[in-house]
Amino acid sequence: MKLFPILGGIHPEYRKELTSEKAIVALPVPKTLYLPLQQHMGAPASTTVNAGDLVKKGQLLAKAQGAISAAVHAPTSGRIAAITEMTAPHPSGLPTLTIMLDSDGKDEWAEPMPAINDPFAAAPAEIKARVAEAGIVGMGGATFPSAVKLGLGGQHKLEILLLNGAECEPYLTCDDRVMREHAAEVVDGARIMAHALGAPKVIIAVEDNKPQAIETLRAVAASQPNVDVVGVPVQYPMGAERHLTQAVTGRETPARKLTADVGVVVHNVATARAVHQAVRLGRPLLSRVVTVSGGAVAEPKNIEVPLGTRVSELLDFCGGVSKEAKRIISGGPMMGQPLPSLDVAVVKGTSGILALTQRETNEHASSPCIRCGSCVTYCPCGLVPVEMAAYIRNDKLDLAAKIGVQDCVSCGSCSYICPSHIPLVHYFNYAKGKIAALDRERRKNEQTKALVEAHNARLERQAQAKREAAAKAKAAKEAAEAAAAAQAQPNSAGGANA
Amino acid sequence: MLLDVGSLAVMGVTLGAVLGTAAKLLAVPTNPIEDEIQALLPGSQCGQCGFVGCSQYAAALAKGETPITLCAPGGKATIEALAKKLGVHADADGHEEVGPRVAFINEDLCIGCLRCIGECGSDAIVGAPKQLHTVIADACHACSKCFKICPTEAIEMRPIPQTIAGWHWQKPGEHSAH
Repeated sequence: MKLFPILGGIHPEYRKELTSEKAIVALPVPKTLYLPLQQHMGAPASTTVNAGDLVKKGQLLAKAQGAISAAVHAPTSGRIAAITEMTAPHPSGLPTLTIMLDSDGKDEWAEPMPAINDPFAAAPAEIKARVAEAGIVGMGGATFPSAVKLGLGGQHKLEILLLNGAECEPYLTCDDRVMREHAAEVVDGARIMAHALGAPKVIIAVEDNKPQAIETLRAVAASQPNVDVVGVPVQYPMGAERHLTQAVTGRETPARKLTADVGVVVHNVATARAVHQAVRLGRPLLSRVVTVSGGAVAEPKNIEVPLGTRVSELLDFCGGVSKEAKRIISGGPMMGQPLPSLDVAVVKGTSGILALTQRETNEHASSPCIRCGSCVTYCPCGLVPVEMAAYIRNDKLDLAAKIGVQDCVSCGSCSYICPSHIPLVHYFNYAKGKIAALDRERRKNEQTKALVEAHNARLERQAQAKREAAAKAKAAKEAAEAAAAAQAQPNSAGGANA
Repeated sequence: MLLDVGSLAVMGVTLGAVLGTAAKLLAVPTNPIEDEIQALLPGSQCGQCGFVGCSQYAAALAKGETPITLCAPGGKATIEALAKKLGVHADADGHEEVGPRVAFINEDLCIGCLRCIGECGSDAIVGAPKQLHTVIADACHACSKCFKICPTEAIEMRPIPQTIAGWHWQKPGEHSAH
């Protein structure tokens, strides 16, 4: 298959060998699970259970609320201990509403959803509804509700479902292991999703550094004429949605548009597996494969983790973390986020937990920019990081926006390559968040203005109505007086006559 | 030659004088930028800036007599819009301390007197005579007028807690000049 080049990008040390040959092991269900109601993009789910309720494995705990949201289910059977605010697995460390589930140790299933035996005969809407019911979100890390993404077929003419098995982040091997150990489920899930999307073709793209995954997938896909498996060059950030689309199809996604606008929808391989389980077995999303790795972890592993397991328990399962640990990160080392504490839960978007040593984090104080232009050469989005950062440093966010800071995918290639160790991507993350916050404030001001204008118009209308009523009353009174006077006169005249 | 230069010079001086006096006599009395500035303000006439209303504040701003950071309900977005319009540096540091707030009615103290409803410029309070009043948080822009008029001090201005959806990374620290 012909491939197309992508712009820039870097070749970091991958260090995948720490876990790439470690088969997925299941974590024993912990005593207590902590399930945040917001494990996805969009509105938080709303609870359907109360503290003290007994629940079975797979039972719905919180249902999707609003257009973009995802349901949460019980990963095991037990009792709801509390529904309370707890630290979110988010760099802000802010509290979020969380369901605490005490396991009863029986791991007893609730009545599963009925399996859809022939999904290819089912209507796309039925598949979409099942995916929504199962609470599946994008498991590459973006956590966008998958059902919403499967609905794109309605508004766009789609040609290709591109299954993302690139896994370009260093250290992470969870997708690699899923592809190697559950290739049949991945391919079946992909075909079901393609059916729901109305996309005639499926392409599974895997970076060339995972030859066993490519081979296994090819063997499974050989019997499917519309499924292709393609090896893509090892180049970070190949796994970014737009870049993978460009590399495989040669189609460039315009700024602020979706890949669906060029006829391609991208889903992660682990999402495909979850769709397979939801449709064929009627199982909601209850667990995910997480890579626990890094130089400070005693025994790096790939683990199938029940959602809601605390990170500390996961690390204990891997022999604990040595004193050298400098940073604990959720996700990959390039785009992952620091964790506020080890007591936060593994959620649907947690692809990895990394405990990195001082040497691995390679942190340095930044020094002045030497105008080498490396960041411009390596930016995979064709942006000019040096200029954007200069604008942002001087609080000229509008100018930074003009030269495309909102088109930055936060891949971190610029920060990685910068010889002066300037935290470039940090500037862009700040700018994107700040621009969005200012936008929200502006919208709020506009809304206030509209309300104030409506209020004033209403007061004016009321005053006008009052004036008119007064004028009318006055006119009526005058008319009545005039009539009375007119009546009185002839009467008196008549009286005189009489 | 002398006559040419002389006549042109005389013409120049006379016409200049005419134009000068005309500009003085026929000057437009209002500053056109006032309207533009007023369009940027929330328009709720809350008076927290110390002026009677938004148009008076706009007039003072147009003359450059007052800081641009006085509009409490407008928040940072308004300060930045004003800074851009007036070409001055936005020093929002002093403003930031207040943060976003919302009016809250303490149900135990509300006597249903309707005074706050009469004050509210954005129709953010609902209620009826002798009935409990309540604030529609989405419509409240924290102008504090209700807070000031409440006879039983039932209204407080509460800070809006930060949410994950509204959170973003802070600007990287300035440990060195790049």
